[in-house]
Amino acid sequence: MKRFASFPLKTYLLIVVMVILGPLGNVLLGKGMKRIGAATSWDPAGMLLFLLQLSRSGLIWTGVACLMGFFAAYMLVLSWADYSYVQPASAMAYGMVALLGHFLLGEAVTPVRWAGVLIICAGVLVVGHTPPRTTEIK
Amino acid sequence: MAEEIILLLLIVVAGTGGELCVARTMQAVGPATDIRPAALIRLLLRVLRIGWMWLGLSLMALAFFSLLEMLSLENVSFVVPVTALSYGFGALGGKVFLREQVSGRRWAGVLLVCIGVGLVLIGKR
Repeated sequence: MKRFASFPLKTYLLIVVMVILGPLGNVLLGKGMKRIGAATSWDPAGMLLFLLQLSRSGLIWTGVACLMGFFAAYMLVLSWADYSYVQPASAMAYGMVALLGHFLLGEAVTPVRWAGVLIICAGVLVVGHTPPRTTEIK
Repeated sequence: MAEEIILLLLIVVAGTGGELCVARTMQAVGPATDIRPAALIRLLLRVLRIGWMWLGLSLMALAFFSLLEMLSLENVSFVVPVTALSYGFGALGGKVFLREQVSGRRWAGVLLVCIGVGLVLIGKR
């Protein structure tokens, strides 16, 4: 059987980094966007004004920084493991989002939605039991 | 409602397409063996010379701005789980576009993730 180079420990560690930074970035962006509100106009002047509002928000900047950290980890993991492994494995982030949304933003999370999050986590565990890399290293 | 559906489609299709292009780029450059800052910058410069990366970044930017707009309309604990609909597209894209071996167990995991997403959607009401 063909063996493919992979770095399981580093892969798992960086997936944990992704699971923390991704949701945190999304929650911070969510909080920032709720304060700013939706874009009211799609013409260039309106969009420019909207971008200026975004650039003045510390929450948006912190959220973007978290998402950049997430992306760096994501690129590294993709150099070590399959996309079809990394993508579902990083779905643990959905549990984190529900937790952060509930406790940080005070959003209501229904029992059905919690059940959905649990099933997503179960799916991630199943994917986690497959080999991280199935393609040959070039 | 129509605006929300269009935004969700953009988030899922452009987002997954962008990720597949980035994965293709990382397949091309090979595994990163050094994760010190200088090596990471060299890696970044290498990947920026690959066309797939630019296509991926453009698609991801489109998905990102759609996500920002969507977040101003809906709760984050609803929006982010719905984007997990991309898992079906992702596994298929991994198999067809990246030639990955997606085993039955991996498909089962993806199916569970999709069911979980369905419940998250229903749980909104």
